[in-house]
Amino acid sequence: MSRHGSFKFRLYVADDTLNSVQAVANLTAFCHTYLQDRHEIEVIDVFREPLRALADNILMTPMLIRFAPLPLRRIVGTLSQTQILLQALGIEDAGS
Amino acid sequence: MTTPRSKAKPSLTKSATGIAGFDEMTGGGLPQGRTTLLVGGPGSGKTIFALQFLAHGALAGADPGIFVAFEESPKRIVANCAGFGWNLAHLQQEKLFFLDAQPTPLLIQSGNFDLGGMLAVLGAKVDAMKVRRIVFDALDIVLSLLPDPAAKRREIYRLHEWLLARGITAIITSKDDGDETGATSIQPFGFMQFMVDCAVMLNHRMSLGVSERNLRVQKYRGSPFDENEAPFVISNEGFDVAISRMSRRVGLKAANERVTSGVKRLDTMLDGGYYRGATVLITGLPGTAKTTLSGAFAEAACRRRERTLFVSFDSDGVEVMRNLTSVGIQLARHAKSGLLRMISGRTITGSAETLLVLIKKLAREHKARCLVIDPVSTLSKFGNELTAHRVAERLIDWSKSEGITLLCTSLLDEMSGQAAGSGSLHISTLADTWIHLNYLVQAGERNRGMSIIKSRGTAHSNQVRELILSNEGVTLADIYTASGEVLMGTLRWEKERAEHVANDTAAIAAKLKLLTLDAQEAVLEVRVKSLQTELMAKQVEKTLLKQTSESRQGELKRGRKRIRELRGADDAPSHGRN
Repeated sequence: MSRHGSFKFRLYVADDTLNSVQAVANLTAFCHTYLQDRHEIEVIDVFREPLRALADNILMTPMLIRFAPLPLRRIVGTLSQTQILLQALGIEDAGS
Repeated sequence: MTTPRSKAKPSLTKSATGIAGFDEMTGGGLPQGRTTLLVGGPGSGKTIFALQFLAHGALAGADPGIFVAFEESPKRIVANCAGFGWNLAHLQQEKLFFLDAQPTPLLIQSGNFDLGGMLAVLGAKVDAMKVRRIVFDALDIVLSLLPDPAAKRREIYRLHEWLLARGITAIITSKDDGDETGATSIQPFGFMQFMVDCAVMLNHRMSLGVSERNLRVQKYRGSPFDENEAPFVISNEGFDVAISRMSRRVGLKAANERVTSGVKRLDTMLDGGYYRGATVLITGLPGTAKTTLSGAFAEAACRRRERTLFVSFDSDGVEVMRNLTSVGIQLARHAKSGLLRMISGRTITGSAETLLVLIKKLAREHKARCLVIDPVSTLSKFGNELTAHRVAERLIDWSKSEGITLLCTSLLDEMSGQAAGSGSLHISTLADTWIHLNYLVQAGERNRGMSIIKSRGTAHSNQVRELILSNEGVTLADIYTASGEVLMGTLRWEKERAEHVANDTAAIAAKLKLLTLDAQEAVLEVRVKSLQTELMAKQVEKTLLKQTSESRQGELKRGRKRIRELRGADDAPSHGRN
């Protein structure tokens, strides 16, 4: 998706439940706004790949894991609150 | 294990928990394929209960299980439960799976979420391992992360649906607020209690400074269950729920065999001794030789080559053995040969329940046929008396069901007389034979008296006997009652002596009389002889006299005839002479 790929995300979702669908949409929109061309997103459905979910210790969905830059960061929920996401991911809001 | 009642309803099958007492309470265990809620305060034993359920399934029933740990790391849980002998490490290879579900402390939350991820992971494991049992330990932890009651409720529903769809027997544990009713007041759990098919409450409280654990089945859909609160202890074999008395008494057989009390005359008083499997209670003030009678019983049991357990709460086992040597009861050699096991109960701490569990365990280990508890009144020292009473009751029920002959002593303090002789435990009504010992202080002496207050099913003596301890053993002596007074000790001895002397005197007097009579008889015999001699002399004299007179008359006749011949006279007619 991106040439630079300085942000690597893995988003665990549970099938097409409302929370999961929202999370995918929110993350895509967020990245589009703040991390244009600077991110990679891998979406994993826990029902299709439960062993990967187990390996990553996924209990709650949707769960976003940031692999890069380190350290690892885990954010749970529909990712609806942009401010929290910006803070958690350490991204400066270019708009503010 | 199923009861006849549950057999009548084959629709509801049960999963045995392997928890002693609990399976009996519920008629077989937890509802199979349904969810059970286990609620309790901190340290009430929820995790152990749940884990025992899993371990039992994996070990005995070959039901693979999953343990979802929200609160503690699986490693720590396995380490903590290493002492229970469930061999979790071995089971973990294929029969038991621990899911570490502790929430990450650095977790950032943004927006709604659900437990779909966990269920997906578990679903995969369930299918792969063919899981039949699952435990969600401390579900409240994960629920507390959910933002609002509606979300909590939704997740509980999701979980419940998921479990039902797979037909897995589940336990969900949850904290309560610490007070008993707290669990129902917390919204999501109150709701959960209505949703689940079975709810079990655990509580742990202090009663007079002694820990007391209780378990209660709050609900059990589709099955009758024991509704009372049952005490339990966590021993090194896991949970041990003390169940009410009736459930285990079924199929109990009464033995007709007698066992000796170790005191010969006491056996006579009891018409042959105690019944095998009976409960014997010996009550008395301190120092009335309760321990001595117990020791005599234990020694007699060992002589019959019966394994015996002697639990002494008052003094050390070694001391008891030494002390009993002074009255000719030799226990040391039996202890050495392994027949007798002495337990010093003073080192045991804990509630009456703990003591009971320990005694049961020791008796099982020792394969005891005879059990002595000296004194059983110790039970009431720990915690409240009601508990102690129940424990004593269950002790008796248990020993009966195991066919163990149980001898308990019970201390009575100076204040309580024989009327309150049952002591604080009220076990006298349960005991089959009740022997009471007391002192009689009289004429500057203190003597021990023994009587049988009751002995079920045996003809027994109504007599009070004096208990005499000497270095040759324990003996019983008759007591004397003189003008309404009971004589014991020296007074009895004096009375005995007096009677003895009186007997001697009487014997001598009789002898003397006999001699006198002999003498008189002899005199009379002599007199009879002399009279006989005299009589004979007289008879001879009489005969002689007769002969003399006859011969004289003959002579006279012959003389007259001769004269007539000489005179030549004729016979004159007789009438002519008149």
